[in-house]
Amino acid sequence: MVTTASTTVHILLFASYAERLGLERIDAALRPGATVADALAYLRALPGGAELPARPLCARNLAHVGADAALADGDELAVLPPLAGG
Amino acid sequence: MPFLTDTPLDLAGLIAEVTAPDRGGVAAFVGTVRDHHGGRPVVELEYSAYGAMAEAECGRIVEDTERRWPVRVALRHRIGLLAIGEAAVAIAVAGAHRDEAFAACRHVIEELKRRVPIWKRERYADGTVEWVGTGQAASLTAPGGRP
Repeated sequence: MVTTASTTVHILLFASYAERLGLERIDAALRPGATVADALAYLRALPGGAELPARPLCARNLAHVGADAALADGDELAVLPPLAGG
Repeated sequence: MPFLTDTPLDLAGLIAEVTAPDRGGVAAFVGTVRDHHGGRPVVELEYSAYGAMAEAECGRIVEDTERRWPVRVALRHRIGLLAIGEAAVAIAVAGAHRDEAFAACRHVIEELKRRVPIWKRERYADGTVEWVGTGQAASLTAPGGRP
């Protein structure tokens, strides 16, 4: 039996992005060593995902990260529309 | 005390939180809901947030500000449905003198707009509703975070 190791990332979507993809949360099984960019590519392949901008704001485990940040199994990745607080 | 609240903001309460006998300079900022955006009349506005991260980011902003200037900072942001004129954000900063109070207060609101995951949806007089993105849109990296 062959088992394939993978990295499960809990992706959260908010506001306009949640509306465009029609979901607020999805678990993605990514290859080990995956980065934020890989998770974004996964989202872009979903219905409505092509509407995401090239470099959206992202946060890993409640802190801002860039697209090249590494993801570990169990990480939470939030994809954040342009901020509008204040 | 959480930074996000669904009840009206109390600036006097925030000023009381930071005021002390050795802090003679108190600066405050209040951001309220405008009745127009892009030339269109706005009738109401709804704020939503990624709550856990918004709390964490507000905590980091307050800590960083209190480390950078000799001040105490109190900060609250409203979420939920707001009417025109209601306060969306309130900040009070107290220091020994006005220079650090003004500088730190300005820093807190600019960092909040740049970092804190809060969104607003405006309802216009013609009945349409839109998400408004006015702040940071491109990717940010947190200082001290994992690379």
